[in-house]
Amino acid sequence: MNALTRDSNAWHLVGSIDDIPSQGARCVENGETKIAVFRTADDRIFALEDKCPHKNGPLSQGIVHGGCVTCPLHNWVISLETGAATGADEGRTASFPVRLDGRDIYLNLEQGA
Amino acid sequence: MSKQRLVIIGNGMAPGRLLEHLFEAAPDAYDVTIFNAEPRVNYDRIMLSPVLSGEKTFEDIIIHGDAWYEEHGITLHRGEKVTGIDRVAREVTGASGITAAYDKLVIATGSSPFIIPVPGHKLPGVLAYRDLDDVDGMLRAASRGGRAVVIGGGLLGLEAAAGLKSRGMDVTVLHLMPTLMERQLDPAAGYLLQKELESRGIEVRCGANTKAILGGSEVEGVELEDGTVIDASLVVMAVGIRPSVDLAREVGLEVGRGIQTDLAMRTSDPDVFSLGECAEVDGRVYGLVAPLYQMAKVAAEHLAGPSEAAFAHAETPTKLKVTGINLYSVGDFGDGPDREDVVLRDAARGSYRRVILRDDRVIGAVLYGDVADGMWYNELLKSGEDVSAMRETLIFGQAHQGGRMDADPLAAVANLSADAEICGCNGVCKGKIVQAITDKGLTSLGEVRAHTKASASCGTCTGLVESVMALTLGETFAKKAEGMCDCTDLGHGEVRRLIKAQGLKSIPAVMQELEWKSSHGCAKCRPALNYYLLSDWPGEYKDDQQSRFINERVHANIQKDGTYSVVPRMWGGMTSSDELRAIADVVDKFAIPDVKVTGGQRIDLLGVKKEDLPAVWADLNAAGLVSGHAYAKGLRTVKTCVGSTWCRFGTQDSTGLGIKLEKFLWGSWTPAKVKLAVTGCPRNCAEATCKDIGVICVDSGYEIVYGGAAGLHIQGTTKLGTVKTEEEVIEIAAAMTQMYREQGFYLERIYKWAERVGYDTIKAAILDDTDSRRAYYERFVFSQQFAQTDPWSERVSGVDKHEFKPLAVFGEEAETPASVEPAE
Repeated sequence: MNALTRDSNAWHLVGSIDDIPSQGARCVENGETKIAVFRTADDRIFALEDKCPHKNGPLSQGIVHGGCVTCPLHNWVISLETGAATGADEGRTASFPVRLDGRDIYLNLEQGA
Repeated sequence: MSKQRLVIIGNGMAPGRLLEHLFEAAPDAYDVTIFNAEPRVNYDRIMLSPVLSGEKTFEDIIIHGDAWYEEHGITLHRGEKVTGIDRVAREVTGASGITAAYDKLVIATGSSPFIIPVPGHKLPGVLAYRDLDDVDGMLRAASRGGRAVVIGGGLLGLEAAAGLKSRGMDVTVLHLMPTLMERQLDPAAGYLLQKELESRGIEVRCGANTKAILGGSEVEGVELEDGTVIDASLVVMAVGIRPSVDLAREVGLEVGRGIQTDLAMRTSDPDVFSLGECAEVDGRVYGLVAPLYQMAKVAAEHLAGPSEAAFAHAETPTKLKVTGINLYSVGDFGDGPDREDVVLRDAARGSYRRVILRDDRVIGAVLYGDVADGMWYNELLKSGEDVSAMRETLIFGQAHQGGRMDADPLAAVANLSADAEICGCNGVCKGKIVQAITDKGLTSLGEVRAHTKASASCGTCTGLVESVMALTLGETFAKKAEGMCDCTDLGHGEVRRLIKAQGLKSIPAVMQELEWKSSHGCAKCRPALNYYLLSDWPGEYKDDQQSRFINERVHANIQKDGTYSVVPRMWGGMTSSDELRAIADVVDKFAIPDVKVTGGQRIDLLGVKKEDLPAVWADLNAAGLVSGHAYAKGLRTVKTCVGSTWCRFGTQDSTGLGIKLEKFLWGSWTPAKVKLAVTGCPRNCAEATCKDIGVICVDSGYEIVYGGAAGLHIQGTTKLGTVKTEEEVIEIAAAMTQMYREQGFYLERIYKWAERVGYDTIKAAILDDTDSRRAYYERFVFSQQFAQTDPWSERVSGVDKHEFKPLAVFGEEAETPASVEPAE
């Protein structure tokens, strides 16, 4: 557990890539907002608000495949890169800048878009 | 292996069809020899009437020409009547002395026409209506003109009468009964038919009893019982057929009305089969072609190898093959106190239809004139569905049943309005699907599902959606077998087969060797592959948590708000004060908002926060409660009634047996969820007859049923069999579960699997063949040693702890740690 204080306009160390299972996700709580941090099979990291654009399903609980996650509630498939629904569905969830420094994951809490 | 010798006596339509099936199933199993009393190849006997009327020639109705016999190496002895069978030496002898030895013999001697033994019945000019020789005789008589008297106003007699009329003869039909075709038509339709024939110049006399056929060297007339004499140069007797059983009787086979066979078409001699009009199966003999073809299929399967195929009686519709006369009848249309009639008459059009109902189900139909709906009524009859909802419009036919699609789905769908709902689950109407196809240029079912959601849920409307696509896209829409997902063109069956055949033991191995089109699969194929590998390689394959749906990963059921529900196991639905106290304490301690009793006799704790799950489980574990797997594609519940322990009707200890079953079966992963029930008597309080596997206790033992469903689809179970002991019940339930585990497609419930592989196949493997049952049982027991671990206690002790804790928490207040959880 990494209990941290919020520091605006800065990148935050939230943990190590090894804390997240391959093709899995963990959450970062920022006050009322939950951010899902995803790790793909090829060790890329993405961060999205943990809310499906459809019915607010927790995307962190979905199955990660390729560059997408399938929402556990109604099987919408969301792009990890853009937060947009793929296929015929329309909608977009907020995404956050995230970067890897060695094994360390840095998340920018302020630039959610 | 050298070929066996198959000898067939008779060369009619039934043995012809038998050979077609046999050559398909086991092309090289037999050397075939046929003895045919007729000097011909095999022809379509039911098309004799069009030959008689001149609408077809003999060549038109040949089924198998000479080339076919050559191609299959069949020795055909034409015009060679069999005179003897030596069942000890296994040899058949023909009239001219030809012999043939056999390993298997098929007797298909057909039937002979019944000739009423009135004086003069042997005069030249008296014919039956049975084979091509009879047709030739009638045509010769017709060329001389004069009057033909047809005795018998049934199907064959009327076809003969119409044929002779069209060949220019005057024709009189004599019929003993008060109305024509009384076995297929009710009096009203018989009357309309008589009027129609009379309008064509055919004289019809009903209630006419033939006393004698008159003449010296040849036929001159017919005398009736009432003294009437009718001149005739030709008399055709068409009063019925008799199975030809003389040969079979002579050689000591069991003979009743026909040559008696079991449901496999085997006679009392296991090496001798019989089929066709000469065979009597389950007490019935048949003269229409559909059941004869069914016999042929059954017999062919048994000749090809061990088989469970069995003949089953079905109502066969009757149609009269007389050009311009349309009638159709099927089923039972006798009068009775328990029946209801619905009748529609249109005198101007000369049409009549009558549908006979019993208990709101169609049991028979008679149509005259407009017969287009005959097939639809026959479908309703066969399906036995309750028609009370369409009672008012039933008689008007299918076109008046908005949205019904039984007979011709394309036509029925074409008739639907744009507002008609196609997909009930997702509320998608026809117009929306058509518009999506047109606007977005969709061409595959997958695309239509993605854009409209039509058939994307329960899938029962898939056929309708495909019909809409076919109508919208025309010929460019070719329905093709869909792969298990977009990552592969292989279906589930192929993938399962190849996993075993190629020894693939990991998800990446499957994707590599089977040429997956995506790099790491998708949310559809990964859970399926994970299951297949887990089921096929017990103890070897390591479960991939990331390929599991969240519920199976965290051992609870996700709810719409992202919280979870927790269901502890209550073996056989039994609980205790200690367990209830522990549950109550957990509810208070974790402020769980809702507590609900489930349909499977469990208690559901709803609204548990994900991070609380391990602590909730720890408290429940402490009271001896373990995971109820309410989230699993696995054994969910065994529902029971109180049985003989308490109930005054209970016949066995249903609760005890339910607990034993649940303790034996829990933990194993299956293609889809599995629910059981054990009920203590046929009153069925535990609702065993809609479960995947159900047990109904009776005085003499335990009746086992399976393949029930009570979800999106409602279906009663099918009986497997009755056994004497609890041990047998447990072995059978485990063996069936294992067979399902090995064969089922991911998310395919037991009833769907059973429909796909066949209830007979399952019964044969699980009930009848005890070696096969034992093998499945042992494989199940082996795999259980890796499965029966309580997932809750594993996680309480730290497994997958990352699942239940946030990666990081940022507090609202600077410098305040936002979490009190211990550090990792």
